[in-house]
Amino acid sequence: MKEQKNHDYLQERLYKPIQRKRFLRSIALAGGSLMVGLTACRKDGQPGSGTMDVGVADIGILNFAYVLEQIEAAFYIKANASYYNNAPLSEKQVLFDIMHHEMAHRDFFKKLLGSNAIGTLQFDFSSVDFTSRDSVLKTAKILEDIGVEAYNGLGPFIQSTDYLKIAGKIVSVEARHSAAIRDLLNPRSADFAGDDAVDPATGLERSRTPNAASGGQSIVATCNSFLLTKISASTLP
Amino acid sequence: MKALTIFEETFEKEVIKKNFSRREALTKGLGLGLKTALAAIPFGVLDVLENKAQATPSNPDIIKILNYALTLEYFEDTFYKQGLAASGLIAAGDVNVFMQISKHETAHVALLQTTITSLGGTPVPAPTFDFTAGGMFPDVFTSYQRFMGLSAAFEDLGVRAYKGQAPNLAGAKDVLAAALNIHSVEARHASEVRRLRSSKGWINFAEADGLPGFIYDGEENVVQLGIDVTTVTTVNIGAVTQAFDEPLSMPPVLQIVGPFIKS
Repeated sequence: MKEQKNHDYLQERLYKPIQRKRFLRSIALAGGSLMVGLTACRKDGQPGSGTMDVGVADIGILNFAYVLEQIEAAFYIKANASYYNNAPLSEKQVLFDIMHHEMAHRDFFKKLLGSNAIGTLQFDFSSVDFTSRDSVLKTAKILEDIGVEAYNGLGPFIQSTDYLKIAGKIVSVEARHSAAIRDLLNPRSADFAGDDAVDPATGLERSRTPNAASGGQSIVATCNSFLLTKISASTLP
Repeated sequence: MKALTIFEETFEKEVIKKNFSRREALTKGLGLGLKTALAAIPFGVLDVLENKAQATPSNPDIIKILNYALTLEYFEDTFYKQGLAASGLIAAGDVNVFMQISKHETAHVALLQTTITSLGGTPVPAPTFDFTAGGMFPDVFTSYQRFMGLSAAFEDLGVRAYKGQAPNLAGAKDVLAAALNIHSVEARHASEVRRLRSSKGWINFAEADGLPGFIYDGEENVVQLGIDVTTVTTVNIGAVTQAFDEPLSMPPVLQIVGPFIKS
């Protein structure tokens, strides 16, 4: 029944469960963080599971990028704190460089978003064996690839030309990262821009929007697999 | 809660689809918390919810930009075809890299031609190229180091060129999506070829690393949207310049590729 569908749709979009205390705090603040509160309001006021929503429109998109950069920065910080076994200097250098780029991106978005920034995240890298080259590089590949996909996927939805320019300046660096990591995994092969990442028929990056599952795990779900504090992007595509 | 029920009913209609007036919201009998929250929504956000996007670029403007991109793709496509055909030029272990790049450039040419035609435009024909640039690089297809160097330079230039045009396509979302998805692929190419040359995959300050320097002018920039990134991070300035790739507008790009175009 159509009415029921609309109700469920609104239910899902508006009433993400969040902790009551956080909701009341968020709507008391002026500015964009209220968007987090609005989309996370639970109808009956009961405490929820603690999911934080990135918000709507450009703020939502910037916050989503901020989430990605935070996860990447946290991952590479760990990967650099103790390198995987037998890491040659050249590979340490790659990880070192990328770590700094992601930190710069993260810190930039934090400044740009100001009071609109999503709340503090807690990370979960328990799935990664930081002593294993294979584990670290494969995780890095996942993170870089979802970064490229998400920036490209969301690009056409960005309303502000300024924010579009910023996304453009960052996405190519993430693509450089991805190519470098993929090259470490399979040197001097086609993998740096493999058919899994780039459609051979068109030469186009296989981008996605954050909630698109397309036969696998959505970017949001992948992010949440590295987060203790879960996020949602309920109003983003 | 009555307030939330009202909000639920009107959310889609009023916030998403209609002009959203703060006065309307405040007189809707909403609860105090939501009144406060809604009053703080910046108007820019409301414009977004109404889809007040950037003005759509004129069709001739889009076609002009796409033909510019097509010219650059012809450039790369021809360059790699000639390089792969030059016997003994590319190191055997690297052939798969250049074959993958070449495959993409060929696909880009076809995609752009199709897109331009579907928009009612006429794709420009492929120019005749001189990759020695009038004798400046006589060994372009006999020296692998030279070939790799020019490849890296062209890929980095391609990244900057697409990046420079993205804002001009902001009002044509499908075309923008295609441009962005070519742009990141060129960045993959650039990273890989740079690394084959034993350089970093990313651009440090405006270092040309033996390549034509003017291609990298502006890459030393650290100010993004008015924020000096070096002041908001502990990351060193070199890494900050690496972290952001800079656009290049059409005139300097055409000036750089000019010497390589015979006709």
